[in-house]
Amino acid sequence: MENCSQPYPIFFMSVFVPNRYQGKLIVVEGIDGSGKSTQLSLLSQWLRSEGYAVAFSEWNSSPLVRQTTRRGKRKEMFTPTTFSLIHATDFADRLEGYIQPLLQAGAIVCADRYAYTAFARDVVRGVSSSWVRNLYRFAIKPNLAFYFRVPLDVALGRILGGRDALKYYEAGMDLDLSRNIEESFRIFQGRILEEYEAMAEEMGFHVIDATKSIERQQKEMRRILLKELGDSLPNGVLEAPRA
Amino acid sequence: MRSSKGMPVPLQFYGTPLPGIDYSELHGKLIVIEGPDSVGRTTQVTRLRVWLEQHGHAVLDTGMARSALAGKGIQEAKKGNTLGPITMTLYYTTDFADRLVNEIIPALRAGFVVLTDRYIFSIMARAIARGEDRAWIEKVTGFALVPHKVFYLRASVKDLVSRVVLGRGRFDYWESGMDLRFGRNMFESFVKYQTRLIHVFDRLARTYDIQMIDASRPADEIFHELQTSISRLFTPQPRIRKMAEGNGVAPRRRTAKKA
Repeated sequence: MENCSQPYPIFFMSVFVPNRYQGKLIVVEGIDGSGKSTQLSLLSQWLRSEGYAVAFSEWNSSPLVRQTTRRGKRKEMFTPTTFSLIHATDFADRLEGYIQPLLQAGAIVCADRYAYTAFARDVVRGVSSSWVRNLYRFAIKPNLAFYFRVPLDVALGRILGGRDALKYYEAGMDLDLSRNIEESFRIFQGRILEEYEAMAEEMGFHVIDATKSIERQQKEMRRILLKELGDSLPNGVLEAPRA
Repeated sequence: MRSSKGMPVPLQFYGTPLPGIDYSELHGKLIVIEGPDSVGRTTQVTRLRVWLEQHGHAVLDTGMARSALAGKGIQEAKKGNTLGPITMTLYYTTDFADRLVNEIIPALRAGFVVLTDRYIFSIMARAIARGEDRAWIEKVTGFALVPHKVFYLRASVKDLVSRVVLGRGRFDYWESGMDLRFGRNMFESFVKYQTRLIHVFDRLARTYDIQMIDASRPADEIFHELQTSISRLFTPQPRIRKMAEGNGVAPRRRTAKKA
């Protein structure tokens, strides 16, 4: 039963815990092929060159959970819920063991994908949207969340050309969308894109037009970062020791 | 909630059901034994299984961290020194979800009695005892089926200490809550952590329909009490069970297998 005693509609429920630390959390989101990882890498290099202590965290990369995720994928044993839960476990491990302590230490933590990825993907897999949002309620609210908006065909063109063969879950084959893996991937990514678009405003994403040149996108990210965090960066954010 | 045609009424959920899972025709019985470490749950589950089988019921027993998906991963993670409380909670929930879909539901569909050594209440209690938000974990585990019966074997901390000392002879790191270091050494931490767990379980037992069993008594007496309650599940008398928020009415099955 849905929680009837919920004082606010789920829409207004505070997702995430505010970042009380001196460090800053910057995340990028978008469908595969939106170019977000490239942009985050450029942004973090710039921040490093400005003297800040920068750390990186990537979706689905916890060593504690890796074997389980591998087993589940190899044997195709995930249901939408266990798929969602194992990714949340992975996320919790990175948050508790890595992101949170580093934020507390004053680092700028750059995360390639964050809980929003689960909000989009898991809902496409059929998991209830309010359940998955509650699942990630322990996450720290990012100081900046960039969303790389790109038309489906542009993203697919970047991916389907020059990459390794698509994998089963990556292509959403567990959803029986199509027996053709490329077609399945196309439909799956299209639905994820719709979910991102639907939450963009609610989540306060800074939208980057990912059809623009790499240089223009990066310039825009830096402008937004300085505008939003510029004043607070010099106070408290950890800097690398001067050589 | 009793269907007019006398057909079996589907089992209920505490919260949002799992997507994409067929819940129809679950004819079996789901029985949960909860309780702290070393309270004697395993002994009782083993005896119940033998007894139920003697009476012609097929039994599946299952328990925490035994899933094909996450069982090994949890054991590995507990060997290290980095497993945080939220991560642990979610890892166990993953394990539970896998067993629910791949073991418990298929066995119920086949008409088995499913005896489970711990259920979502242990996951919840451990999380809450470690300071996690109750509303959060209740919703996370809300896809669980409401069992036909939940027993909680309750013992005092003093009892638990003597069981540990006389049994295994040493305190376990996780059973002592040493990941959060509730005390200066294993014993102090064990006492504080287990005291918290008992308080949390007592509170959960008031909200959910959980039958308390005084586990300070001899194993035979406990077994007898369990037998008596379980027998009632197999006789056709209408019962009303409360759900998590007290507004649900229990499903009833029509089968009249004699226990």
